[in-house]
Amino acid sequence: MDVIKEDQVLDCSGMLCPMPVVKTSKAIKTMEVGQVLKMVATDPGAPPDMEAWSRQTGNELLRSMQEDGKFVFFIRRTK
Amino acid sequence: MSKSDPNAPKRLALIASKGTLDWAYPPFILASAGAAMGWEVGVFFTFYGLTLLKPKLTAAVTPMGNPAMPMKMPFGPDGFQAINWPIPQLLTSNVPGFNALATTLMKQTFENKGVATIEQLRDTCVEMDVRLIGCQMTMDVFGFKREDFIKECEIGGAATFLEYAADADVQLFV
Repeated sequence: MDVIKEDQVLDCSGMLCPMPVVKTSKAIKTMEVGQVLKMVATDPGAPPDMEAWSRQTGNELLRSMQEDGKFVFFIRRTK
Repeated sequence: MSKSDPNAPKRLALIASKGTLDWAYPPFILASAGAAMGWEVGVFFTFYGLTLLKPKLTAAVTPMGNPAMPMKMPFGPDGFQAINWPIPQLLTSNVPGFNALATTLMKQTFENKGVATIEQLRDTCVEMDVRLIGCQMTMDVFGFKREDFIKECEIGGAATFLEYAADADVQLFV
């Protein structure tokens, strides 16, 4: 798998719904269009929620994966 | 009249009608999640739900009113925490202080699991421009004044909410 280079990291470990999407939404708004946010979460609801969030906001979910027992997401701000 | 602007963001209209700790969660969780998805969100706080707009939140929980509530302890070894205590309704509804105890335990459980507090979720909603509408009629009935509620909310009636809900993509009653 290609390595995706993130511009910013957001750790949502230990947080449950809806905080991962809320924090992601806040973080992405502080970034430039085209930049990539890496978000880490432990909430098992995060993978489907991040997919829905990206469909609804239009920001691109580049990758959703598991790493060291955590859920890792790479999101590109698109607008 | 349906949505006048096809490019307008999706809209979520919620009614929050209950003021207990457990039922305070759904409207604030859905509202903040909707706002995080770029939706326009409005919540109408009516009847007991109106108390969720007081500056100091005192929402509590009653096991008597929620017979399905799991009775588990938020501390101790895993096996102990897994026990669902078979406490009879006779006790939960009559022992003085049981509701306060249950409220404390629920708050502790939520904190341990990483659930945000109602205060944090409400602050998030305010920060994300969720429209919080307090019910005028409920204020009149229970003898509340405008200054009893947070300054970020507005006061309106059924027509105010319905006009907002008419243009909403999702409407939910909690």
